[in-house]
Amino acid sequence: MALNLNPNFSEAGKRYFNAYAPGDEFYEMLINTHRDLSDEQSELLNARLILLLANHIGDIGTLREALNVAREGV
Amino acid sequence: MLTTYTYPKFEYRTPPEIADGKTLRVPVVVVGAGPVGLGAALDLEQQGIPVLLLDEDDTVSIGSRGVCYAKRALEILDRYGVGDAVCRKGVSWNVGRTFFRDQEVYNFNLVPEPDHHRPGMVNLQQYYLEEYLAARAASRPNIDLRWRNKVVAVAQTGKTVTLKVETEDGAYAVETDWLIAADGARSPIRRMLGLDIEGKVFMDRFLIADVVMKADFPSERWFWFDPPFHPGQSVLLHKQTDSVYRIDFQLGWDADPEEAKKPENVVPRIKAMLGDDREFELEWVSVYTFQCRRMGKFNHGRVLFVGDAAHQVSPFGARGANSGLQDADNLGWKLKLVIDGKAPAALLDSYSEERIFAADENLVNSTRSTDFITPKSKVSRTFRNAVLSLAKDHPFGRALVNSGRLSVPAFLTASSLNTPDCAGDSFAGRMVPGAPMDDAPVLENGGPGWLLDKVGNRFFALYFTDDPAALDTATVAALSDLSIDGIPVQALVISRKPGRVADGMPSLEDAHGIAAQRYDAKPGTVYLLRPDQHVAARWRRLDAAKVKTAVARATCNA
Repeated sequence: MALNLNPNFSEAGKRYFNAYAPGDEFYEMLINTHRDLSDEQSELLNARLILLLANHIGDIGTLREALNVAREGV
Repeated sequence: MLTTYTYPKFEYRTPPEIADGKTLRVPVVVVGAGPVGLGAALDLEQQGIPVLLLDEDDTVSIGSRGVCYAKRALEILDRYGVGDAVCRKGVSWNVGRTFFRDQEVYNFNLVPEPDHHRPGMVNLQQYYLEEYLAARAASRPNIDLRWRNKVVAVAQTGKTVTLKVETEDGAYAVETDWLIAADGARSPIRRMLGLDIEGKVFMDRFLIADVVMKADFPSERWFWFDPPFHPGQSVLLHKQTDSVYRIDFQLGWDADPEEAKKPENVVPRIKAMLGDDREFELEWVSVYTFQCRRMGKFNHGRVLFVGDAAHQVSPFGARGANSGLQDADNLGWKLKLVIDGKAPAALLDSYSEERIFAADENLVNSTRSTDFITPKSKVSRTFRNAVLSLAKDHPFGRALVNSGRLSVPAFLTASSLNTPDCAGDSFAGRMVPGAPMDDAPVLENGGPGWLLDKVGNRFFALYFTDDPAALDTATVAALSDLSIDGIPVQALVISRKPGRVADGMPSLEDAHGIAAQRYDAKPGTVYLLRPDQHVAARWRRLDAAKVKTAVARATCNA
């Protein structure tokens, strides 16, 4: 499965009248999840989150592509 | 400093009540002649309600303040008679550029969707908008507009609101059935009535400057995250009318506003931003902080709060004046029906409910923008910068960049005034019950016009058909008789082919089928439209009883 680099957020059963809304909603949830954590705790949370999502995606080829894209820009 | 604009000085006249000592008795008082108060007064005046409009000052907004008027606000201003003036004077922009540090990350071109009368937005200094609205209000015999008349006391007893108004010639008393408080973020009316508004102050300060460019500069919106000339902060450049550009510098909470405002401190910032060779002059400078908060409800007995008095958002996304005008749009027709005794006061609860729904959507969107533009923690900043670094190459990253989302009207899909679609009726597209209407080009008697200019101010039943001349007499008779209990419902036929409806019923030609497409209409489809141009209900076939029930529901008469 090729890595999807186009906007891809949505929620089943929810109607969005603006294209940016689902992405903004996710981003808000992401930042809120970190609320009141120390920098160290936030790093741990991010690591846990990456592991959870990576396992959910599962496909090693897709993950390799994502790892490469992430690394390129750093 | 340079001035491209001459502030009008509105004439104060001694109120007759000072000399005769009588209490003035009026049906509606609006306090505050900013864009929202003027809009509310014009809305009611158009409904045939005389309005007393009081303002403590005698000129328009100082400095550009509100800058960006979005499509829905322009459509409302059309209904108030100033849309053309605003669009003629305002500037359109389509290209936006986003910079991160020393690089342009991406740009976008908001090419407007064709076949709408008004564009997505125009930029115009707020003082022009107020000037046009004030001139319009002054020309309406049913608006008694009094400048330098300050409300200093307010009390509500039973069905009457009593005001004490002070002028340079002395004070007088006013009794009114309804009071609309459009007196701004610090709302003295709200304070005098001891009402709360809850939310939070954002710990940040912004320097805003109106700058006159001496040479051509593109009509674009430029947004910088963490630029080399203002490290760690954000900067926005926006084109306005008269070669005046608006620049917003994020300063951070620790900045000293008085120091930051001094021209000797402002000019070097702008020079660093533009490069030293570009000539400009400062016109106006201010420092602001902002709050995100709203009242628990917008109607309190006979007092109705609109605009910043009811709700305040961050400035990102231009949701202040735009949402305030929509408050006026929502309130006018409801108050008219209540005043005329054709709807119960509960209809005003729906004003509060619907506009709270919209205010919360505005608060969510502007808070999300604020959190992206000014991250509050290290991890939040890291994510923000990661999005910006991905945006350069990847479309999903661009979609997440949030430097303010353009103000769009709320879809009031949860409103109790809506009638849900019938079980058997299926519709595609966006024009669900509660939706703000989409515009479309139409022909009226062969002449070009716009759908939104043909509806509004009262209920309409929009009936789609193929050939207007072929409408059967039973349908025409049913369409002619949709009003209930003195609430008029105007039938309007919209047809694919040219022609006239028997009986002289008004009709529009949808020559290119754009209206039918936007409303997913087939011959026989009916839309019930509210006076504020929102969809109340729709059906695949006309059933007069169902339309009347929906009108009753939309007016709390069900």
